[in-house]
Amino acid sequence: MHRLIVAAAAALTVLGGAASAQENLKIGYIDPLSGGGASVGEGGLKTFQYLADELNAKGGILGHKVEIVPLDNKTNPQESLVQAQKAVDAGVRYITQGNGSSVGAALEDFVTKNNSRNPGKEVLYFNYAAVDPSMTNEKCSYWHFRWDANSDIKMEALTNYMKSQPSIKKVYLINMDYSFGQSVRTAARKMLGEKRPDIQVVGDELHPMLKVTDFSPYIAKIKASGADTVVTGNWGQDFALLLKAAADAGLKVNWYTYYAGGAGGPTAIKQTGLENQVFQISEGVPNSGNKAAMDFEKDFRAKTGISVWYPRAVNEMRMFKAAAEKANSIDPVKVAAALEGMKFEVFDGGEGFMRKDDHQFFQPIYISSFGSLADKAKEPYDEENTGWGWHIVSKIDTAQTMLPTTCNMKRP
Amino acid sequence: MAELIVISTLNGVLFGMLLFLLSSGLTVIFSMMGVLNFAHASFYMLGAFFGYQLTRWIGFWPALVIAPLLVGAVGMAVERYGLRNTHKHGHVAELLLTFGLAFAIEEIVSMIWGKSPVDYRVPAVLDFPAFTVFSTNYPAYKIFMLVVSVVIFIALLVTLKRTRVGLIVQAALTHPSMVGHLGHNVGRVFMLVFGVGSALAGLAGVIAGPSLVTQSDMAALLGPILFVVIVFGGLGSLPGAFIASLLIGLIQTFAVALNGSLASVFGPLDPSLGASPLTDIWNVTIAQIAPILPYLLLVLVLIFRPMGLLGTRES
Repeated sequence: MHRLIVAAAAALTVLGGAASAQENLKIGYIDPLSGGGASVGEGGLKTFQYLADELNAKGGILGHKVEIVPLDNKTNPQESLVQAQKAVDAGVRYITQGNGSSVGAALEDFVTKNNSRNPGKEVLYFNYAAVDPSMTNEKCSYWHFRWDANSDIKMEALTNYMKSQPSIKKVYLINMDYSFGQSVRTAARKMLGEKRPDIQVVGDELHPMLKVTDFSPYIAKIKASGADTVVTGNWGQDFALLLKAAADAGLKVNWYTYYAGGAGGPTAIKQTGLENQVFQISEGVPNSGNKAAMDFEKDFRAKTGISVWYPRAVNEMRMFKAAAEKANSIDPVKVAAALEGMKFEVFDGGEGFMRKDDHQFFQPIYISSFGSLADKAKEPYDEENTGWGWHIVSKIDTAQTMLPTTCNMKRP
Repeated sequence: MAELIVISTLNGVLFGMLLFLLSSGLTVIFSMMGVLNFAHASFYMLGAFFGYQLTRWIGFWPALVIAPLLVGAVGMAVERYGLRNTHKHGHVAELLLTFGLAFAIEEIVSMIWGKSPVDYRVPAVLDFPAFTVFSTNYPAYKIFMLVVSVVIFIALLVTLKRTRVGLIVQAALTHPSMVGHLGHNVGRVFMLVFGVGSALAGLAGVIAGPSLVTQSDMAALLGPILFVVIVFGGLGSLPGAFIASLLIGLIQTFAVALNGSLASVFGPLDPSLGASPLTDIWNVTIAQIAPILPYLLLVLVLIFRPMGLLGTRES
């Protein structure tokens, strides 16, 4: 009898332990799955689901199966808060988001408030693409971690490259009218002014975010300004349609962009025939030459039908696993502490680290241009079946991407 | 500058004609049945998606004819089995029916075709620059859109003003019971008008789809501006809708081209005042407020001329 009770108790403990080990680790993916941002949002979702499968195939994180919970925010901050609350109520302790700094800022504020009101039920916000600098400066939060280089870092690198291009004389800025677009235009004006005072800014446009379906009026204006170069932070359909209108009108200028590689972008560039005239700044390209990354690319394309557009998401998920293992816990508070200052070998090679002062991840970044691929053995990957792909024209090492922060981090 | 004006005018007229294709049906349906069809822009979206699907199956040209007919058939079914039954419960019930229908169509479309844009391309025969103004190419497809809308406009005008059918329709607008007494089936006239109106919206969808973006929120993006057009032109007035469409098309296109702001007219604010909401308002350009200009116009028209440009009744 006595022995039986002990055995039963032991069995219960084992079962209980097993049950908690099998509990899924849910990550709330809050991004647009409808409306103007849907094309990028769906690409992101496929990426995270692929990454979750990759982790799960190797036993998940500390034995927990990773589950991505898709939540459609329609690129709207209010809707995002509703979705975030819904996720938290359903037991989600990690949320990830990328599209739209307006949404990002709202979520950052949400986790900060939520965590101060609900000690013991903290939520972490992993940001893979919202790049408004203020999120790691004046508005920084301990509960927010960003894997994408912020807009100022990207502009710094982009203008350093533009500085060396004497053909650039007249620049036109066109951006989406919200916090991110505004920070791109401000940084571009300031940095170009410092580095190349001879460059004339002939236009500075802000247009409604993800609402314009025909950019031809804007293209006519760019054309009339006599610009030879356009700088834009546009993403998603706002980039694809902008380029499509440029293709229709036959506008031949150089494009310095943040997100030219997004859905529809490569097709439009090919249509315009702008070979090696469109530049993009990113933390990785499919033809990076890094063997592990290129093998990943092959499998990823075969399974999802899209190219790896978010190497930073790969970094995010792998680093999440590393941090959880370092903390030996999936508790958000412990994971956050483990992430601070953590060093990590990034997807395309080279070392990155999560700066403790502002939770901004620093990593090597690349400027690449889009055109025909000469050496198929070295550069096997084209985009959207255009036959054209990205090649690296400049690499910026981690050390050169470091910008100071004004963040005054409040630690719990 | 001349280049900008020419191109903007072309773009503005084109957008205006597209608006007209949509608003003509909406305004005629309104004047006939006294109900604002909230689902009208959804028929436009259906047209685009039908056009896309048929283009994949049988090519663009057959789709150009068949898709609007299909949309027209859907429209007639909605009138026959939906609106006619709710008619006896008054206009509010009809309004709510079309309102609900708009959401239902959007959901159905996103269930079938997904929520991201579909790959609806300009047909290869029209995929070339029609002509070059100064150094800007003007796509042949846009000229094609323009021609189609002008042809439809003329056909509509001739039908309404010069034919027997037009006569009956016009009579049914104002004196439905008299037309009924004369032996015409007024119910069928209503159904046909609703069908033709929907088909026109469908046609606008088929031709606008490749040029703009074909996705499940396209109805929601265009819907509000249609109401501006018909209120501005005068509810129920076809010529009014025509003028209003062109005007709004031109206003939107030209507003984008203008850079003027209060700061550029009166000079920048004293920097010692620092940043405040006032500096934002001071520096905002006309281009930035271009998207809200039509709505501003709507408010002004409703205040100062509630019947609209060419409208006859105060409603």
